Amino acid sequence: MRFSIYRFDPDKDEKPYMQDYDIALEPADRMLLDALVRIKTVDDSLSLRRSCREGVCGSDGMNINGRNGLACVTPVAGLKEPVELRPLPGLPVIRDLIVDMTQFFKQYHSVKPYLINNDPPPETERLQSPEERAQLDGLYECILCACCSTACPSFWWNPDKFVGPAGLLQAYRFLADSRDQATAERLDYLEDPYRLFRCHSIMNCVDVCPKDLNPTRAIGRIKDMMVKRTV
Amino acid sequence: MKSYGIYELNYAICEFKHEISVAIVRRKFDAVIVGAGGAGMRAALQLSEAGLKVAVLSKVFPTRSHTVAAQGGIAAALGNVTEDNWHWHMYDTVKGSDYLGDQDAIEFMCRQASEVVYELEHYGMPFDRLENGKIYQRPFGGQSQNFGGAQATRSCAAADRTGHAMLHTLYQRNVQANTQFFVEWMALDLIRDEEGDVCGVTALDIETGEVMALQARATLFATGGGARIFSASTNAFINTGDGLAMSARAGVPLEDMEFWQFHPTGVYGVGVLISEAVRGEGGYLLNKDGERFMERYAPNAKDLASRDVVSRALTTELKEGRGCGRDADYLLLKLDHLGADVIKTRLPGIREIAIKFAHADPIHDPIPVVPTAHYMMGGIPTNFYGQVVAPYKTGPEEVVQGFYAVGECACVSVHGGNRLGTNSLLDILVFGRAAGNRMIEDLKKNRHHKHLPADASDKALARLSRLNDQKDGESVAQVGDLLRKTMQTHCGVFRFPDMLKQGVEKIGEVAERAMRTEIKDKSRVFNTARVEALELENLVEVAVATMVSAEARTESRGAHARDDFPNRDDDRWLKHTLYFREGQRLDYKPVRLKPLTVESFPPKARTY
Ligand SMILES: Cc1cc2nc3c(=O)[nH]c(=O)nc-3n(C[C@H](O)[C@H](O)[C@H](O)COP(=O)(O)OP(=O)(O)OC[C@H]3O[C@@H](n4cnc5c(N)ncnc54)[C@H](O)[C@@H]3O)c2cc1C
Ligand code: SF4
Ligand code: SF4
Ligand code: FES
Repeated sequence: MRFSIYRFDPDKDEKPYMQDYDIALEPADRMLLDALVRIKTVDDSLSLRRSCREGVCGSDGMNINGRNGLACVTPVAGLKEPVELRPLPGLPVIRDLIVDMTQFFKQYHSVKPYLINNDPPPETERLQSPEERAQLDGLYECILCACCSTACPSFWWNPDKFVGPAGLLQAYRFLADSRDQATAERLDYLEDPYRLFRCHSIMNCVDVCPKDLNPTRAIGRIKDMMVKRTV
Repeated sequence: MKSYGIYELNYAICEFKHEISVAIVRRKFDAVIVGAGGAGMRAALQLSEAGLKVAVLSKVFPTRSHTVAAQGGIAAALGNVTEDNWHWHMYDTVKGSDYLGDQDAIEFMCRQASEVVYELEHYGMPFDRLENGKIYQRPFGGQSQNFGGAQATRSCAAADRTGHAMLHTLYQRNVQANTQFFVEWMALDLIRDEEGDVCGVTALDIETGEVMALQARATLFATGGGARIFSASTNAFINTGDGLAMSARAGVPLEDMEFWQFHPTGVYGVGVLISEAVRGEGGYLLNKDGERFMERYAPNAKDLASRDVVSRALTTELKEGRGCGRDADYLLLKLDHLGADVIKTRLPGIREIAIKFAHADPIHDPIPVVPTAHYMMGGIPTNFYGQVVAPYKTGPEEVVQGFYAVGECACVSVHGGNRLGTNSLLDILVFGRAAGNRMIEDLKKNRHHKHLPADASDKALARLSRLNDQKDGESVAQVGDLLRKTMQTHCGVFRFPDMLKQGVEKIGEVAERAMRTEIKDKSRVFNTARVEALELENLVEVAVATMVSAEARTESRGAHARDDFPNRDDDRWLKHTLYFREGQRLDYKPVRLKPLTVESFPPKARTY
């Protein structure tokens, strides 16, 4: 199978280039990550992040034939050849397929991604009805892979100011939690021309999310909450 | 801060062996925690919230640690669904361990289970809920009411993503507590001084290639499991047993390394786990004749018997030719009868995995499964405060000053010969918290950093320089494959005397070959080839310890099933193994049969 892979090692390369590989896959190599591991046995300098190999740790987001996705859950069968692999767009490249995620996590941290509840905790659990709990479905499952934010034009232009789809999804995860008491504070933070309102509902984020989550809908809900509190 | 690249360091090490230890950059912390999985982050939280300066190192961003993959749940006798109490949970855990678990530690864990789960809920954990608003619980294997009576319902769950929900919740709480993470840093070796006290670690900043000495008054290992020593494994690439290898190299023994759990249901040909939650919710196993064969092996508990029992049953079915498919080499896990609703709400992650990795939608089709290496019961020996203990001068369990271990890398031992499903997420919370508390206390007493020995980093640097200079060596991938195949063939679900004997020799050869691996990539920046080579050296330590310990234990107990000694032998083997790297020496220590407050559960025949 043929691959064309983005290569850049700041320790020796002046600028990035695309390297071609033609590699015989074994029957067990079902996913793109298996193929990359196979390539690494002939060229150990190819660098990428990976860990769980089952789509749950969020390590191996990359741009696959022009579309962001996780290598470990992308079947090789059906990929157009040569398979063109690039690092996630819009973030600085550290090396090869590895990007610097600092800005992405900074935005995630900016939304205070933790439960805020200042009442003294009860002896046992805080109660939550199944319906209230269901509000968190489609939100808490995010694996912070950054496929969405790095597919979002608004995030490319303003990674320092626009929270981006992943961060906003998590902002809403806490806004939607019946146990959280910081709604006003959270909305105040997002009431800003950039942080939230740079989203123009282009929906790239929804298209690429490997966990089938829907940041655009979450962003819409936050906007609704803002409208509601002004009336 | 001045940074020294590996090239310069290597140069220095050849030329001036003595100056090198001074040249390396040092940083000082109150505490260093190696590992940001559930165990490391639970401990870090204690320390950060107490205002201490703690550095948490992780090879990967914290939420990428393998706790994220845990599916089924976390055990605690909340009694939200069926009547329950911690004492029944304790009984089940002791029995599940095949009486090799230490009963004081097991009592400690089961007593605190409800509290740590409620605490996690207060941190924001998105547990599923019952109609009355309480935490949802599901039945799991080996759980009983009334000391061996009816099935209990004890595992608290967030769908089949409990580990993911838990790891993210703990990370989030650490963000709030301002914990300092060193992301994509790999600890290389433990630093011990002349007195044997631990004073920190040497570590590699993967992104820059810089090596540093991190000095601490308290060092905690929470480096997770090492089931990557087997070819078929539910573990992540990064689960290479680093903490165990670093300990072994520093002269700390490893406990009960012959005990590895093979999970009955890994996806055939892939290894990805299908949680026991599937059977907890009512799924069951079938052989090629469509027979629900577990009824034969465990008439009462059936598919929810303890994991070692179920894995042996699957292996026997395969051996006797009742496997499915062309090569009769897998069995089937059926759950379509649960209905689309239950599958979609309670097991959505399983469905996703089955569709992606087995091309089977469990709403209609059964999932092909085989027993798969999953969990390491052994590890770095500790007491229930998370302090590392080893035989030294005064007895078999003397505290190694300044050194702590929790989570899958530690052996407290609460799991003994066989861990019960959902007891590990519990273990990492209870002992993560306990170790954090103990470290805070000890730090109050030990106000000063100990001197770093002059040769603090020599061992780690020597390994790096060997790797850098190696010519005409074998590839890491090749030796790694050989290691995994050797373990799989010689030390699997059933263990045969001649295979073990050959296994010890073969794994010794692998160990020698691993010392001569060569990497072509010499870059300083994010050199994953270098990381993988170092990981292979660690896997070797774990594999050798496993094979040697397994060969010596001539009985069957828990997950260690000897073909030539099919029975448990309490007279000779009711004891923990201690493996010392130097000379591959084995020693043993007694099992702690006396609980903290309740009566001991004396060993008896184990049936399900
Ligand atoms: C697929 C699967 C499903 C499971 N399901 C369940 C379940 O439902 N219930 C249950 O109770 N248990 C379950 N288990 C077991 C349980 O998840 C693990 O035992 C537990 O999560 C281990 O946690 P830990 O914190 O010890 O290690 P991990 O979460 O593995 O974390 C290890 C950490 O150490 C770091 N690290 C390792 N080496 C180094 C180094 N050299 N330098 C720096 N950092 C290092 C890693 O980066 C990582 O941060 C499951 C296990 C698997 C594999
Ligand atoms: S919908 Fe909003 S967040 Fe998503 S890609 Fe478009 S602009 Fe970005
Ligand atoms: S929302 Fe989806 S794409 Fe975005 S970070 Fe989370 S899991 Fe990844
Ligand atoms: S390797 Fe974990 S998401 Fe792909």
